[in-house]
Amino acid sequence: MIGDVFDFEKPIAEVENLIRELKSPQRHEEALREGIDLSAKIAELEEELHQVMVRVYKNLSPWEKTQIARHKDRPYSLDCIRLIFDDFFELNGDRLAANDEAIVGGPALLENRPVMVIGQQKGRDIKERQRRNFGSAHAEGFRKALRLAQLAERFHMPLITFVDTAGAAADLHAEELGVSEAIAHNLREFSLLKTPIIVTIIGEGGSGGALGLAVGDHVSMLEHSIYSVISPEGCAAILWHDKSRASEAAKSLCLTASNALALGVIDDILPEPLGGAHRDPVTMAETIKTSLLTSLNKLDSFPSIDILIETRYQRLRRMGEYAERTPCEENGNDG
Amino acid sequence: MVRSGWFSRKPTGDKSSTNIPAGIVTKCLRCNEILFVKDFERNAKVCTKCGFHHKLSAYERIEITVDEGSFQPLNEHILSKDPLHFPEYPAKLEKAQTNTRLSEAIITGTAFIDNRPVVIGVSDFGYMGGSMGSVVGERISRAMEYGLAHRLPVILFTASGGARMQEGLLSLMQMAKTSASAGKLREEGVLFICVLTDPTTGGVYASYASLGDIILAEPGAIVGFAGRRVGNQDAGVNLPDNFQTSEFQAEHGMVDRILPRKEIRPAIALLLKLFDGRRHNDR
Repeated sequence: MIGDVFDFEKPIAEVENLIRELKSPQRHEEALREGIDLSAKIAELEEELHQVMVRVYKNLSPWEKTQIARHKDRPYSLDCIRLIFDDFFELNGDRLAANDEAIVGGPALLENRPVMVIGQQKGRDIKERQRRNFGSAHAEGFRKALRLAQLAERFHMPLITFVDTAGAAADLHAEELGVSEAIAHNLREFSLLKTPIIVTIIGEGGSGGALGLAVGDHVSMLEHSIYSVISPEGCAAILWHDKSRASEAAKSLCLTASNALALGVIDDILPEPLGGAHRDPVTMAETIKTSLLTSLNKLDSFPSIDILIETRYQRLRRMGEYAERTPCEENGNDG
Repeated sequence: MVRSGWFSRKPTGDKSSTNIPAGIVTKCLRCNEILFVKDFERNAKVCTKCGFHHKLSAYERIEITVDEGSFQPLNEHILSKDPLHFPEYPAKLEKAQTNTRLSEAIITGTAFIDNRPVVIGVSDFGYMGGSMGSVVGERISRAMEYGLAHRLPVILFTASGGARMQEGLLSLMQMAKTSASAGKLREEGVLFICVLTDPTTGGVYASYASLGDIILAEPGAIVGFAGRRVGNQDAGVNLPDNFQTSEFQAEHGMVDRILPRKEIRPAIALLLKLFDGRRHNDR
């Protein structure tokens, strides 16, 4: 059994338990003794499992996706780095104040090509989670990321970022060291960085903290990841003074990958293995790697770095939806 | 108790003072001092007793900041839609428009300050908490691009709770968009001044508001990343009294100067003179 079972996963867990039961040594011996062939039954159940998983995972609600995006077994940045790159060499510290372990990064090889990788890292066990502040970076983390991004720029290495955070840290220390300034600084400097930037949202894309690593030339989201201006819980608390209505809020916020694609915020969606990335991190990593190579290929073909940067700016400039009243109407209304 | 009507209006914590009726007296939201409206207005809504800076509406701010009659609005024709079909959003927009008589939470335009031309933008907290959605972001980026094209200094007065939840991800993206435009100003050597007024928090503080070449702030303004309410404060940590105020931010190096309201216009005028960008030989 993998991790906790969510409500929507119960039908899957039921069939999985049946299969596990039939495959158990006792059942096997029993069957041998009584001369029954269980393999047909198992095959039948496995087919049913597949059907149930397709049904459940192709119809996930935004709130269910939120839960998967936060799944404790979901591949984190360091898992992706380990599975996708070779020779990753972690670098530490912002050269100003501290080393924030909520963000990891360093040079690595992507199919023999040197790149710079930066990602938000949540942590697996309680100790690691505390050390990494559950993936919520302080100013130091964003400044370390900027330091590495500018190092990449100087050595003509493409920058690859993995986004996975509930949001930036919002405690006293964060405020003292200027987490807002650090995020704003990254938004501006990433928009000007003279090297290609590829962003993949692998889990939670939580608000400004996510955006601090998410300005780039090509932005992808994993199928069940989320990207939002505020957490569904926070939104529900503000709108209805009721955190338990998070599922409703998740729907209203349009935080799924397909929402983000429709809104023009991301460029593509990377399909997850059936049942979510946590069930098959290796296949997930292969998909991400293929996507990174394709994006890199596309960005390499830009005629100049200036054109790449201007295209990046125009990409951001298009973000947003608004009405433009014609001047004639304007006169009418203002008169 | 004939006169009780004058005093019956109770100040509500987060309501901006822009709604104070055109009565004869009003009350300071901090020290509760009864103030003559005339004196209060003459003092740009700064309490004559305790110095508390009450919120100004966008047009009140423009009036005390630019040369009389010089403000020319830009991009007022850009208006909000409801891209997410978010619950109650159209009604909230309508209410905000009725209450503030503004077309959105920021007004931008050109003006003169001591005869020097500038691009200016002023947020209005009364319009959905001054929150930044697609229109606010677009007006800011266009204002910056106007400053870029005409090489005019850009001055933004912030007053905002942050990104506008009702436009979801699109609001989040306005942080990146406005910051990228600020990057263009920086690259091209066009002066960008931010004046942080009460409140400046969340996605606005974590984007363009933190990117001014020069950052001024009004005393006592709430300035911070996540509001005290939103922040996940560690249990047992004693927050300083001035946590998330302009004074706190100045102590930590995030603000150049905290200036009382009436000193802001002269300070901007001086900065425009000092940073006029012409080479010494051209002067």
